[in-house]
Amino acid sequence: MCRVERAVVRSIGCGFLATGILGGLILVGSRRLSHFDAALVAYTFATLFATFGIAYRYAMWLRRPPTAMYWKRGWQVFLRPGFLLRNLLVLGRRLLVVFAMNRFIWRRHVARGAAHWLIMAGTILAVLITFPLVFGWIHFEAVEGQMDRYVTYVFGFPALSFHVDSLLAGLVFHGLAWASILVILGVMLAMRRRMRDRDAAALQRFGEDFLPLILLFSISATGLMLVVSYEWMRGYAYEFLSILHAVTVIAALLWLPFGKFFHIFQRPAQLGAAFYKDAGARGEQARCARCREPYASLLHIEDLVEVERQLGYRYELGAGADHYQHVCPKCRRTLLAVAQARRFGTPSRGEA
Amino acid sequence: MPVPADRHFFIDPRRCIGCQACVHACSECDTHKGHSMIHLEYVDRAHSPQTVPTICMHCESPTCAEVCPADAIKRTEDGVVQSARKARCIACNNCVLACPFGVPKMNVGFELMMKCDMCYDRTSVGLRPMCATVCPSQALYFGTEAEARALRPRSTPVHEFRFGQQTISTRVRVMLPGADAAGPLDVTAAMHGEEAADPMAAVLPEGDLA
Repeated sequence: MCRVERAVVRSIGCGFLATGILGGLILVGSRRLSHFDAALVAYTFATLFATFGIAYRYAMWLRRPPTAMYWKRGWQVFLRPGFLLRNLLVLGRRLLVVFAMNRFIWRRHVARGAAHWLIMAGTILAVLITFPLVFGWIHFEAVEGQMDRYVTYVFGFPALSFHVDSLLAGLVFHGLAWASILVILGVMLAMRRRMRDRDAAALQRFGEDFLPLILLFSISATGLMLVVSYEWMRGYAYEFLSILHAVTVIAALLWLPFGKFFHIFQRPAQLGAAFYKDAGARGEQARCARCREPYASLLHIEDLVEVERQLGYRYELGAGADHYQHVCPKCRRTLLAVAQARRFGTPSRGEA
Repeated sequence: MPVPADRHFFIDPRRCIGCQACVHACSECDTHKGHSMIHLEYVDRAHSPQTVPTICMHCESPTCAEVCPADAIKRTEDGVVQSARKARCIACNNCVLACPFGVPKMNVGFELMMKCDMCYDRTSVGLRPMCATVCPSQALYFGTEAEARALRPRSTPVHEFRFGQQTISTRVRVMLPGADAAGPLDVTAAMHGEEAADPMAAVLPEGDLA
């Protein structure tokens, strides 16, 4: 079996493994489906398909030489003895600053930062509420003899009791409405930028840039329609709206492994890259074979040499610098001009 | 809309006068507004005022894209290697260090690689890139190959470059002397005996002074 076929088979195996683990957790968490809501079975199967697709694509992605190198090195430098505690503390700070606050996106532009943060916050809130409910991991039961009190069961264990008219109940039962509002605000900001900015107009693609926004908006809008229907319209068109909402959610779940949404799963690699750079900065620095100035970590340069060889590039040089990777980017820029000048027959200093 | 297939960038570093017009005009481009993507380097500051502008060469097989662990760099069907996709770039610096021409820049605050995208907002609608519109010496020229040859009858544009044992083909052309000069231009060979070369002594071929 050739290398590509092996990679595909292994990735399919990863897909089945991830799907099997989730399926097992659904069985266990819902107490053998006793708390599983059969009306939500379509969501469950769409999620299982998405899990397979994400695991398959992630495994294929990790097969690429540069990704495999970063994956390996990222874990090595993170788990390095003597640095683990420090790395854990730095990880906490980075999770807060980079992931929770999106500091780097706010720096790109305030509107871009606001749009992304609103969409991200709304989506995470919605995921935290819906997925455990769909899988039967969380369910609510009225307290016996007290119909105005609910108990929350997590994985079948009683966890929290609250009054049905309490603030907490209002927040929990309408959590998806708050999530929808956050997402819609974010989508509006993102759409405004995409329709007005000339850079977006030049570069955006329907499938990559508009479809995810349309899907997010559709899910949020139809979800809010359900709230309006049962709160203020006595359930008018509720069944139709619930089917419409299910269609939008399932479409987004099926799209998860393929389009822009996949960046949610790729993005943690940013943490690995940051720890890799930390380790490189602490270690020996590479000096340019031409100007002798330090320009990057030796670890990074040697890893790139290996990655380029794996990719089939032949940047090996003759005597002096053994690999073009040992020449710094600044010298590479000037070398083009020097090479061109040689062709023009520039006399050497000794000859001039 | 794609960039027209018959329109190319032509670079002639020896014509560069170091005026920095390209550097400043570049930051006016909408796809990287406020950030200049052009590098302007002195070739040998101690001995010569010669400068060289560096724009993306838009390789046919871009090393930057191949070494990107996040698969963030894409080459569109018109041969333009786009800047890193913002949703994907993990700011690892692989592309910055691997590009054989030293083109990509890392914006540390944005945690994003940014590079020349041939002013895609302009070239995709038939306009010239910002740098080519302001370059007074036409060290950076954008047009058809026939126009470039008519302008520089004693030079030939080449788009193949050698780095050690690797040959890289690009969408961008570099002007070489002679009406029938042949590529590839061996870039790394220029490292040998470099200390003896005097960039100031370079002369433009007659007839190429327009």
